[in-house]
Amino acid sequence: MKYEAIVIGTSAGGLDAVKTLCAHLPADFSVPIAAVLHLHRNTKDDLITLLNREIRLTVKYAEDKEQIQKGCLFIAPPDYHLLIEDDRTFSLSVDEPVNYSRPSIDVLFESAADVFREHIIGIILTGANKDGSLGLRRIKERGGTTIVENPRTAQYSEMPLAAIAEVEVDYILDINEITNKVMELLLRSKCKTS
Amino acid sequence: MDYYDDNDNENLEVMLLLEAVNAKYGYDFRSYARASIKRRIRHRMSVSGIKKITEVIERLIYDKSFFTDLLGDFSISTTEMFRDPGFFQALRKTVFPVLQRLPFIKIWVAGCSTGEEVYSLAILLREEKLYEKSMIYATDYCNKSLTTAKEGIYNIKSIKKYAANYIQAGGIQSFSDYFKAEADSAAIDPSLRQNMVFSIHNLAADGVFGEMNIILCRNVLIYFNRELQNKVFGLFTQSLEEGGYLCLGSKETIRLSTYSDNYDEMLRDEKIYRRNSAPVSYSKPSAHPVATPEFVTKGGELIRDVKAKMEELDYLLNSVGSLPGQS
Ligand SMILES: C[S@@+](CC[C@H](N)C(=O)[O-])C[C@H]1O[C@@H](n2cnc3c(N)ncnc32)[C@H](O)[C@@H]1O
Repeated sequence: MKYEAIVIGTSAGGLDAVKTLCAHLPADFSVPIAAVLHLHRNTKDDLITLLNREIRLTVKYAEDKEQIQKGCLFIAPPDYHLLIEDDRTFSLSVDEPVNYSRPSIDVLFESAADVFREHIIGIILTGANKDGSLGLRRIKERGGTTIVENPRTAQYSEMPLAAIAEVEVDYILDINEITNKVMELLLRSKCKTS
Repeated sequence: MDYYDDNDNENLEVMLLLEAVNAKYGYDFRSYARASIKRRIRHRMSVSGIKKITEVIERLIYDKSFFTDLLGDFSISTTEMFRDPGFFQALRKTVFPVLQRLPFIKIWVAGCSTGEEVYSLAILLREEKLYEKSMIYATDYCNKSLTTAKEGIYNIKSIKKYAANYIQAGGIQSFSDYFKAEADSAAIDPSLRQNMVFSIHNLAADGVFGEMNIILCRNVLIYFNRELQNKVFGLFTQSLEEGGYLCLGSKETIRLSTYSDNYDEMLRDEKIYRRNSAPVSYSKPSAHPVATPEFVTKGGELIRDVKAKMEELDYLLNSVGSLPGQS
């Protein structure tokens, strides 16, 4: 078994959490990452510039029909849902908001679970609403690995709590333990395949 | 059961469902982006308490009203007035001054949904004194949305939300002047409809709308796969006058299509393209590749290469055959 993608969902407090999580990942990190951050619809590209300055991965808004690539952190563009297709390209949609959110974490996670099945890690971080828990459940049902930020230490606990209530998650960890866990999972899975 | 199997089966079911919809009702969703379609199917399943996609297929074949619901699910009609105000402002500042010179302006709004976008455009045209010489063709394949578009009656709460967009888009009047408000609804000023024609048109199946000066098709193409996107760009290219404008949604681009060279990027961020005079080569369906002269020459070279390799191989095999110890 080898991981082919990581998806991250977060809301309030999410920018810092994503920065912490990705801070130590190398520029050529072998697994592509896609994230939904519940950004305001008028968020400008500054956010991307800022993230690019602070982490080594290439950070960009996912574009419609763009191929998913390693070494990248793809962010769902504000006001669009982000989905993953079977041919490992992204697609965008302006379907009505889900959990009052567009982009919605559930939408990304559910489509990612369909495509990557057990070859995916789903991560829910700090947030003040319940988006993402159903998506995380789908990831779990399809055999993927699930990680949720420890609600006791997360900046906002509601999103992690909702996820934990909905899914029997594999790991509940403080934000600065998650990167190590991800690395460990990747290493272990590589050993198994070879 | 293996998860792999599960997913493959589900993809097969989705494919069969789309075939059935096409064969039975003539709506072709086969070239739509699948992930979104799957979401819609699952939504219908949970609403109707259906467990398997194959059951959905059965229902839609025998129960027309069930199909109508599913069609409603597939037709994502989300829209608003002056969505992306920056785009409308750019239209006004950059494109409209050029239109002033034309005696008559033909505009096609493809995928107009429930009409909010068309009326936004009409308001801007009126404010720039262009409306009287304009003709707007507003099309969608969804009959229900078109009916709402023709009526032009909207929820008062959403109208209030659109007022902010209107101001950001550079509106110069009082937004409420364009509506007649009732208790919880607002009817758009019917004079904005004077030079508008609404009609059914399916971008996946229907033909060209001729000699347009502007085509707006926003947030429709993201629902298509690349092949269908390309086909629709071909349709637009045939429908646009040279020098005409093509306006796409903020996350859509013509760059990835084979018609990219036929357009100049006017405003990159606002996705406003201008049709240039480059000759158009309409792409043929990929099943029938065109044999260009280069293709023929290349093919000939390849065959010669292969022949030479075969001879070489023959020679090698012969020499191997004569090695000692081989029989
Ligand atoms: C998300 S709405 C966008 C509405 C509007 N253009 C806007 O940007 O606000 C997409 C619209 O495309 C229409 N549509 C989808 N497939 C179509 C097709 N094959 N032909 C024509 N219209 C289509 C849908 O019915 C819907 O009204």
